[in-house]
Amino acid sequence: MYKNISHNLISWVDKRFPVTKLWKEHMSEYHAPKNFNFWYYFGSLALLVFGMQILSGIWLTMFYNPSSIEAFDSVEYIMRDIKFGWLIRYIYLTGASFFFIVIYLHIFRALMYGSYRKPRELLWIVGVVIFLCLMAECFFGYLLPWGNMSFWGAQVITSLFGAIPIIGESLVELIRGDYTVSGVTLNRFFSIHVSAMPIIFLILIVVHLLALHEVGSSNPDGIEIKDNKDKNGIPLDGIPMHPYYTVKDLFGFSVFFILFFSVTMFIPDFFGYFLEAPNFTPADQLVTPEHIAPVWYMTPYYAILRAIPDKLLGIIAMGASIAILFLLPWLDRSPVNSIRYKGLMSKLALLIFIISFFILGYLGMEPPSEAKTLLAQICSFIYFAFFIFMPFYSSKDKCKEVPKRVK
Amino acid sequence: MDKKNVNIKRRKFLTIASSIVGGIGVSFATIPFIASWLPSARAKAMGAPVDIDISSIEEGQRITLDWRGQPIFVIKRSKDVLDKLSTLNDKLRDPGSTAEQQPKYATNKHRSIKPEIFVVIGICTHLGCVPLYKPKKGEVDPSWIGGFFCPCHGSRFDLAGRVFKGVPAPCNLAIPPHKYLNTKILRIGEE
Repeated sequence: MYKNISHNLISWVDKRFPVTKLWKEHMSEYHAPKNFNFWYYFGSLALLVFGMQILSGIWLTMFYNPSSIEAFDSVEYIMRDIKFGWLIRYIYLTGASFFFIVIYLHIFRALMYGSYRKPRELLWIVGVVIFLCLMAECFFGYLLPWGNMSFWGAQVITSLFGAIPIIGESLVELIRGDYTVSGVTLNRFFSIHVSAMPIIFLILIVVHLLALHEVGSSNPDGIEIKDNKDKNGIPLDGIPMHPYYTVKDLFGFSVFFILFFSVTMFIPDFFGYFLEAPNFTPADQLVTPEHIAPVWYMTPYYAILRAIPDKLLGIIAMGASIAILFLLPWLDRSPVNSIRYKGLMSKLALLIFIISFFILGYLGMEPPSEAKTLLAQICSFIYFAFFIFMPFYSSKDKCKEVPKRVK
Repeated sequence: MDKKNVNIKRRKFLTIASSIVGGIGVSFATIPFIASWLPSARAKAMGAPVDIDISSIEEGQRITLDWRGQPIFVIKRSKDVLDKLSTLNDKLRDPGSTAEQQPKYATNKHRSIKPEIFVVIGICTHLGCVPLYKPKKGEVDPSWIGGFFCPCHGSRFDLAGRVFKGVPAPCNLAIPPHKYLNTKILRIGEE
């Protein structure tokens, strides 16, 4: 009886909207490689964090007041007066940092297993655009609590545009809507943060997933599973997304939640890394905090900016450090996809690159000194060298032979 | 995939068990989000009881107070008005105040603690407009005998806030919890 009704309902809908077709295409008959490992959790985890940010963000918007007079107090109002307001805000706050942790690991996975290589160039490019949007979204959102760090962070980052020759100064005024960051800036950043960016995100995520499901997922062996199909056209080394990987991802979700809520409940400011101390005082345009640094997820790029002793060149270097990611699919000339079959040079290059990225991240949080600036310059050089010399070391490298089939 | 050695029974048990545990988790997770919609500590503080000195109210005078953002009417009724209340019974929908629109101590024929002092929430029970206080005869139309008249949809109430028959409002005006601290001071919002 129940089965009959639901069957009829689905066939009624199917004649009008391809619900079963979509489900099959993207879930029950989307065949993903059977050898996914730990590193393949982070795509679905990114989607989970995105959902959590949307949900807790909608709730915060209900209580937050985007005016320069009310903003700081309304955050404290959320923390003290709203029932569970502290929890919703801390979920949101922790979510921002975890979003970057997940995305950085997701990108690292792509670097290791060559997920950006042909035919996945567009998938990778859309991914980098999403990464850029994430940074923009966090920058806009960081102003909203209207703490002193919020204010000076926005002041410094908007000043960057002033380095552009000729139009720079007027561009800065256009962005701020005032001669300095003010309530006007707060209003427009709020609007962009809660409406424009989430819409762009949603579109980009759909495009990213459509691109992924068109070309199929990569895998740790870097073997195209579509090259070996059975007589029904199903990849021999593939398994359906649902139920195999949905169940695997649900397990990943539960482990993620344990880590996530341990931070949310016990160390929500994460020793001052997720929530910086100067932001507990309201914005003051007459006093800069003694030590000003971006939140941890921006620090590697901030370190590159500071390493160059010239305003405009520093900004160009920082922009280039992200822009160069777009070229990655064409810089990698290796005959193999995965790090498993690449030679020593490629492995060393990736290792040194990651180490220098961590060092840059650390240096970006520290107050500058002569020795630290020199170290930042060396690490910035390594950062760019990893990409610029990739065509040479990746093609000259001694690679292992790739098996025909996934083991 | 090898489907011969599948233990269907165990698979079903695991699916149902994990769905139930997950479902319980999700329903607990909704608690903070729903609870955050309840009046906040600030709203509660703003909704604290309000006091008023009734000794200076003239007969027939109406004073409007703000309690929890609602207009509270405090009216001193004359003996004449009080006498008239019991003659209206057949024109009213709920003359005996049987519906729970008032605290127990105001469930009487004058709907108040002290007969002459009438305390009422000035919100029409139809769609929430604030009724006008029209105590004089013929003030609304020739048949008007004095009471409250809602300008939105024409609901009529007598001077004890009881609704007349044949108007859109379904029940009598609500009486807020209130008490007298002494002979002079009336507290609204506390019993």
